[in-house]
Amino acid sequence: MKVNQSIAISENGFVFNPVTGDSFTLNNTGMQIIAMLKSGKTIEQIKEALLSEYDLDALVLERYLQDFITDLKRNYLLLEE
Amino acid sequence: MTKTMGKKMFERPTITRLTPGMPSKHGVGIAVASIQFIDGLKIDDLIEKYGSPLYIFSETVIRKNVEDLKRAFTVRYPKIQIAWSYKTNYLDAICRIFHQEGSWAEVVSGFEYEKAIRNGINGEHIIFNGPGKTEAELLKAAKDGAYIHIDHFDELFLLAKVCQVYDVTARVSIRVNMDVGIYPKWDRFGFNFENGEAWDAINRIMANPQLKLMGLHTHIGTYIMTTDAYRIAAAKLSELAASVAQKFNHYIAYIDMGGGFASRNTLRGAYLSGEDTTPSFDDYADAITSAVINSQIKPDKLPTIILETGRALIDDAGSIAGTVIANKRLTDGRRALIVDVGVNLLFTSFWYDHKINPTQTHSGLVEETVIYGPLCMNIDVIRPSLMFPPLKVGDHFVISRTGAYNNTQWLQFITTRPNVILIDTNRQTHIIRKAENIDNLVQNEEIPPHLVK
Amino acid sequence: MDRKKITIAITGLNNIDSPGPGMPVVRGIKESTIFDARIVGLAYDHLEPGIYMKEWVDKTYMIPYPSKGKEVLYERLKEIHAKENLNLIIPNFDAELFSFIKLENQINQLGIKTFLPTLEQFEERHKSNLPEYGKKYGVNIPKSEEAFSMNDLTNILRSFTYPVMIKGKYYDAYKAYSPEQAQAYFSKLSAKWGYPVIVQEYIDGTEVNVIALGDGKGQVISAVAMRKQYITDKGKAWGGVTISDDSMLELTHKIISQTKWRGGMELELIRTADSKLYILEINPRIPAWVYLAVGAGQNLPEAHVMLALGMDVKPYKSYDIGKMFIRYSWDMIVDIEMFSKLVTSGEL
Repeated sequence: MKVNQSIAISENGFVFNPVTGDSFTLNNTGMQIIAMLKSGKTIEQIKEALLSEYDLDALVLERYLQDFITDLKRNYLLLEE
Repeated sequence: MTKTMGKKMFERPTITRLTPGMPSKHGVGIAVASIQFIDGLKIDDLIEKYGSPLYIFSETVIRKNVEDLKRAFTVRYPKIQIAWSYKTNYLDAICRIFHQEGSWAEVVSGFEYEKAIRNGINGEHIIFNGPGKTEAELLKAAKDGAYIHIDHFDELFLLAKVCQVYDVTARVSIRVNMDVGIYPKWDRFGFNFENGEAWDAINRIMANPQLKLMGLHTHIGTYIMTTDAYRIAAAKLSELAASVAQKFNHYIAYIDMGGGFASRNTLRGAYLSGEDTTPSFDDYADAITSAVINSQIKPDKLPTIILETGRALIDDAGSIAGTVIANKRLTDGRRALIVDVGVNLLFTSFWYDHKINPTQTHSGLVEETVIYGPLCMNIDVIRPSLMFPPLKVGDHFVISRTGAYNNTQWLQFITTRPNVILIDTNRQTHIIRKAENIDNLVQNEEIPPHLVK
Repeated sequence: MDRKKITIAITGLNNIDSPGPGMPVVRGIKESTIFDARIVGLAYDHLEPGIYMKEWVDKTYMIPYPSKGKEVLYERLKEIHAKENLNLIIPNFDAELFSFIKLENQINQLGIKTFLPTLEQFEERHKSNLPEYGKKYGVNIPKSEEAFSMNDLTNILRSFTYPVMIKGKYYDAYKAYSPEQAQAYFSKLSAKWGYPVIVQEYIDGTEVNVIALGDGKGQVISAVAMRKQYITDKGKAWGGVTISDDSMLELTHKIISQTKWRGGMELELIRTADSKLYILEINPRIPAWVYLAVGAGQNLPEAHVMLALGMDVKPYKSYDIGKMFIRYSWDMIVDIEMFSKLVTSGEL
């Protein structure tokens, strides 16, 4: 799984997919996760990082991370390798 | 959930597709700001103590509303009486606050009549409305000296018979319906003004020595957004009162304008927010009092104006706090939130776009969301569409302006009803209706012998 | 003469196929010989073209939809005012006027001028109140009734002949030739604009319009009559010509002097074959074809600004007859960075 490298992400959370022409906005947590994905971190590494930073239950994180990843795939922002 | 020291609050990650016309963060602004406190008490703490969902009433707001309504009328008119509309909310503690503020009781059934008596109101301060009064109820009300508001000719004849048979007199008024230029016309209650039915009823009452005509009553509808309708209604009742004075030299004691003042909720299908379009108490007061003062009624014979305002006094004093059960993504891409408050507890969601706010701060990003209740029924929709921030399972929210009708029209469907609490004027909390349990609900059931084993 | 520096906020930058009046109002003001205006756009939608027309609109801020309530709008206006020090706001949408009128005192207290109709003037010319209005002021109005439900609609339609006009509370109108069509439009309009939906008698004739500006004391400051020459499928004029029609101007003077109308307005009229004038609608704001008035010699937006600032304004007495406007569309080229900045920061 890797972030579609052609997408442009601005520092304030605006995402533009140049292939489909769609634009999106991310909230802060979303931006943080995409940044980690882009830098090549694995899902496991991302989980670790978030758990150490936030007041968060591992199960809850699992659930919402899964949800978010599905949204990214649905919108062709994350591609299967 | 407990909060570990030193770590940040986690907001669910979201990505939202932009579509033309969709409001941005700024487009939505403070509309989904968080509401963390009611009367200075933290909503999350109240849920922890009393459970979720939870009905919360503010005594401070109730008393302030009554004061505002009284002030709006008394600065314009000498004699005002409020009668608390039991059907809007007949939890005893709520009714008693209104009674302490000097309100009479306005009831529409024998059950409500009993409740009013139990709340310490004597018959002479009860207004008995409604089209379905029984013979026994009429007799009791007549003996107690309650104001019986007659709805139709059959009731008039029944009451006349009761008075004759039991040799009692009754204090009565008639309910009048009329064209006040609004839709829908409520012509199913009372006697019609325009076709002379009301005048006919008055003549029959005046001819019967056992019936004392005390007043005239109208109730033009519900959620009336135009004050002009009240001006017309008050003018027409005043015209009737003046005719009674002229023909019978009889001066009625009161004109009862009924209820129907809107609260600040937004009706489904309305484009503008109810917070902007709802007339103020002053607007209503101005319309009603000027019509009565400018009528043919002599200044020294001005009747008391009775108000049966329910919704506008209690709606914004009540809230329901609840908890997110689950998140879903619907096939059309919309976010769906399942919460523990269903239409069984929030009957008014059928006609309002209720204001819903999270109880925790969030980043401000919102997306189109459907909010479903927990019932296993397709109609269990709290909001079909609103812009809402991402909430996690277990997060709390509060629905505002739910004080009217939800504790009388609630449904006991597939589950028990939760605690109702009151925050008093010293910010102390009190349970005013305990959460139900299964024993409460089955206690009136009986099992035939052949089904026992 | 030095032109007076002034900052004016304007809504209605949506000069699309069913255009808002914002951009033509800006044009009139920018051509003023009296004012040197900085224009601050107020936009509801990220794709309102005026936002990106930087030679006309100096800066744009997103504002919340009227349905969010006036308090939210007020808070946002305060934020914008703190940055821009606005002298004047000119709202240009029917649907937002109610909120601005309700907020007028509060806005004025911030030191921002407005020149809006009163709430009473605004309410009594509502489509649903037009029949009353006709009686009160002695003008011809097509028969019209309000429908609050499908059942209502069915009852009302019995007393109408087809075709019949079905109109939304704020915008949009359709001609229906059958009850089925009327019902379909009813559903569409009620879903979009709420209740009531207006059922109006269809009057056959020529569509003519008047743009006017009242000073709030009964005087007409500007009035120009126009005949639509080309009408789009949305019912908007795509071309029109100024005409000399005394009866239309008389009607305008009659209405403005009787109602003491304050601000811009548009009369949508129909002239029937026997030369009777019917009022179809009274729009409580400047219409999108306002630049035709400017082109014909009456700079109505400039006069509006002067009235709002409390300056003395001499009424325009004449305009050029036979001036035409021909609307055209134009594709701007915009980098997505601009869009991105607007979306994420709410201003551009």
